[in-house]
Amino acid sequence: MSTLKRLIKRKVVIFSVAIIGIIVSSAIFAPLIAPFAPETQFREGLTLEGSPLGPNSKFILGTDLLGRDLLSRLIYGARTSLLIGLLANGVAVLIGTFFGIIAGFLRGRIGSAIMRFTDLMMAFPALLLAITLSAIFSPSLFIVALVIAMVNWVQIARVVYTQTLSISEKEFIEASRSLGATNTRILRCHILPHLAPFILVWSTLGISTTVLLEATLSYLGIGVRPPTPSWGNIIFENQTYFQTAPWLVFLPGLAIVMFALSFNFLGDALRDELDPTQRGREN
Amino acid sequence: MKNYVIKRIGHSAIILLGISFITFLLLYILPADPVRQIAGRSATPETIANIRRELGLDQPLLAQYWHYISQLAQGDLGRSYLQKTEVTLLIQSRLTPTLILMISAIFLELLFGLTAGIFASVKRGKNADKSIMIASFIGVSSPQFIVAILVLYIFAVKLHWFPIGGYGTFHNLVLPAMTLGILGSGWYSRVMRSSMLDVLRNDYIRTARAKGASEGRVIFIHAFRNAILPIVAMIGIDIGVFMGGVVVVESVFGWPGIGQLAWQAIQRVDIPIIMGVTLVSAIAIVIGNLIADLITPFVDPRIRIRQ
Repeated sequence: MSTLKRLIKRKVVIFSVAIIGIIVSSAIFAPLIAPFAPETQFREGLTLEGSPLGPNSKFILGTDLLGRDLLSRLIYGARTSLLIGLLANGVAVLIGTFFGIIAGFLRGRIGSAIMRFTDLMMAFPALLLAITLSAIFSPSLFIVALVIAMVNWVQIARVVYTQTLSISEKEFIEASRSLGATNTRILRCHILPHLAPFILVWSTLGISTTVLLEATLSYLGIGVRPPTPSWGNIIFENQTYFQTAPWLVFLPGLAIVMFALSFNFLGDALRDELDPTQRGREN
Repeated sequence: MKNYVIKRIGHSAIILLGISFITFLLLYILPADPVRQIAGRSATPETIANIRRELGLDQPLLAQYWHYISQLAQGDLGRSYLQKTEVTLLIQSRLTPTLILMISAIFLELLFGLTAGIFASVKRGKNADKSIMIASFIGVSSPQFIVAILVLYIFAVKLHWFPIGGYGTFHNLVLPAMTLGILGSGWYSRVMRSSMLDVLRNDYIRTARAKGASEGRVIFIHAFRNAILPIVAMIGIDIGVFMGGVVVVESVFGWPGIGQLAWQAIQRVDIPIIMGVTLVSAIAIVIGNLIADLITPFVDPRIRIRQ
């Protein structure tokens, strides 16, 4: 409990949790909060020349290039980002943890084969790989999430591997093995609980990476496809107006950065508190 | 030392071979059919079969890979499906702009990142330290395209200091290099700061201070030289991040490097170009890591002794 108390004392944690809270609740309650449906095009949403409107009394943040309400699209965009963030990162954490534990616990040939494979994946330019994959599969939301997971699991696998390796060499593992515990029991009762904090930290940091990757893919036009709003594709669609209506680009940009920043802050604070090697170092 | 070098080079070669196979496999099993792209919609089945044979796509997987790898050994990356040019030539013509951008960006990353990191570590816990750390977190949390558009908006559209895009003069280089530099410096400053803090805790720093060495001498002569090691390893890793970043930054700024080439090829599913660029990037990453590993013993003599 004291960990939680220490976390709450940090200002960045309060800030991050507040931002994450706002984004999560807009994602969940989008139909209740959003003033309009995100796909509705308003005839009065464009000027006579067909340009987007600036902020006004009806459209609080103005409209986009097709005369849709920007605020509503941003609120629904939170759904996309959060969904991909959780899904892609969840899959990456599962794959990474699985291979990391297998490699660290079994060691031997299988272990070193898995780790050589992660070496290989580390030498791939991640963004380039993701871009290539999602350009070739014409992507849906789930494909985008899977592509991101395929690129992102490696880092978690390596962290989990190192930790598993060092835990399995501890004496209490040897003790429990000599008492007759099976591999499954050692994994479930001794190794997994010790890994939990690391997995928690890396999943939090991973959401931020995932959201940034999704935004970049959508910005390049190969991530989430319009009309489904995502913060990245709002920028992709409206970038031709960035000189005359910069808010169309910078408001979704701000949303992306705040979201990623909050998860980075939170993950970093969690690491400070949960990682015993970091504890007591007041830096 | 000699064994170490040979071992590291061998390791790199194996990784490159693995990468070439995975790249090949990925593009082989993917649903995109290059023949359809070349032949067009109205092509007869015979034309399609002919093109398939011409490209060697009717061969079994391993035969195709063997063909690919033996060409590769001669520096031949194949021909672009759509541009009908040698991929090696296409990449060669785009390499110089990307190298210029990369060197400038890494220079800026180190300049901003190391300065900020050292400053933050010296001012540890003070407001300057906190501001630098918040700024570096924002840098780490910002996607390249947003920073690119922001930099473009401020310095090109509003202030008219630099052109919106293009290539050729120093003026064209500033904004794309700055975009990559700002983002990368976020990582460098954090690593530099924590590395400096680790070093400053050592007894020999206390000894240096006790001897009466000036604070500047303690920081730059005693601490900095020992804290730089993680940075050397990081530059190697950074090249990987960079190779992805150029795709975005080069397409925003219209910079005619291999990132732009890759992006154009991806949109047209021109597989030989995509494979070529991925492979060249992977080679850059592997070489970057290799150089970092080989330099490390010279930066830190303790590692040389251990080996």
